[in-house]
Amino acid sequence: MIELQDVTHGYGASPLLARISLSLAPGSFHFLTGPSGAGKTTLIKLCYGELIAGQGRVSLFGQDAAAMSRDDIALARRRIGVVHQDCQFIDHLTIAENVALPVVVSGRPARQIGKDLDDLLGWVGLSAHRSALPPELSGGERQRAALARAVIMSPEVILADEPTGNIDWEMSLRLLALLVELNRMGRTVLIATHDLNLIRQAKKQVAARVLRIANRQLLAAGAEL
Amino acid sequence: MVGDVQADRVVPPTGFTARLTVLAAAAMAFLAVFALALSLATGRLAERWSEALTGSATIRITAPEDQMEAQVAAVLRLLETTPGIGTARLIGRNEQKALLTPWFGPDLPLDTLPLPALIEITERGRGYDPEGLRARLAGEAPGAVLDNHSRWRAPLVRAASRLRALGLFSMLLITATTALIITLAISAALAANAQVIRVLRLVGAQDAYIAGAFMRRYTARAFTGALAGTILGALAIRLLPAGAREGSDGFLTGLGFAGTDWLLLPLIPLLAALVAFLATRATSLATLKERS
Repeated sequence: MIELQDVTHGYGASPLLARISLSLAPGSFHFLTGPSGAGKTTLIKLCYGELIAGQGRVSLFGQDAAAMSRDDIALARRRIGVVHQDCQFIDHLTIAENVALPVVVSGRPARQIGKDLDDLLGWVGLSAHRSALPPELSGGERQRAALARAVIMSPEVILADEPTGNIDWEMSLRLLALLVELNRMGRTVLIATHDLNLIRQAKKQVAARVLRIANRQLLAAGAEL
Repeated sequence: MVGDVQADRVVPPTGFTARLTVLAAAAMAFLAVFALALSLATGRLAERWSEALTGSATIRITAPEDQMEAQVAAVLRLLETTPGIGTARLIGRNEQKALLTPWFGPDLPLDTLPLPALIEITERGRGYDPEGLRARLAGEAPGAVLDNHSRWRAPLVRAASRLRALGLFSMLLITATTALIITLAISAALAANAQVIRVLRLVGAQDAYIAGAFMRRYTARAFTGALAGTILGALAIRLLPAGAREGSDGFLTGLGFAGTDWLLLPLIPLLAALVAFLATRATSLATLKERS
């Protein structure tokens, strides 16, 4: 599905990630942890083709990302839902329009997914905010809207980069519950977070593999988790 | 050009670059109306001058008063036998007075002035041989001079033709300037909307989709601005003083549109839209490629 083999990547002379290998199998649930600046976001970006590995091979659905055209990478991204810490919305579009954006860019008119959109907004608890603009929502509401946008195309993989970084614990648990539910529906999930409590909470609900980036290497997490 | 309305909404509907595009297109279209009017008017002028003066000539006879009548008669006889001459008519004193009145006023004492006799001739068929006619006039009526208007007709027609070319060149400059301004506007818009582009790419938008959204927005803006500028320009032309519009014989006062010329005006906003479409397409695709 998504596979990194011997990937070294960085900015400048010193690599941020060195000889990293990772395989996201269908239906798996992964946590990626490590201190700030360790390279979690970089690794996530490598996984959806935002960055191209300096060395090694990143495979997106069987294709070498380095050899893919921009259009091919765009098509691959329609199979990957991404949730960023800062959500990344288009601020002059309503929440409903932002959530429907992946459908619109895929060429399907958004009106064709009216019911799906309503169901999705209901699932993340944002039905009442469908006409609101992103800056009008709280951090937690924005994160749930970002999750709704990430899953509206029924992607095979969901990548979440610090999705609970800006929200309170209660809202974090609610977001985690949504991601666990998606995994039970067969989606592959990778969550980058430095919140160990969130990981412990998740492990009570799902068989999650926990990875840690330390000293540019990707390691299995220790006994503390 | 036809796109999903919702897809176009990803480009912000307002902003500095939107206003710049609309205003620049309006200003350029306004100027284009005048350049087009200049070009059409000078074209008509050149044609009118050329038609009016081609095929006609004047013979001027300067002679002592007691010989004038004989020389005029001699010239008229000569013209009757000259191949290619259609008509030959002596311009009478009253007609001469009417021609001179605009320049010297109605109180001109014409009878006391030693005015030359003027014979207006028109050509027939393939016309006459001016050099041959001059030679015959010199032999039979020494005071007669043939003026076939070519001395001043040619430079006037040439000047009018050049003015028309200048008008067309101005249209080209206006088109190029419009393309340049829209290119700058779209570059600024792409920079200002980096976040929009980032989000679109995140959700799987291809470059053609992103470029298309900007293209449709900016083409519509250029068309709207150019339409307003064209309407204002056409109104300005219509509001010129009556003598300054179609049908006037004057040089500067002939500026305007005549008859079917008005049908050319809708082409200005369409041309502006086409220029905007091409400029936006080239700029946005190049910029997106750079930022990949």
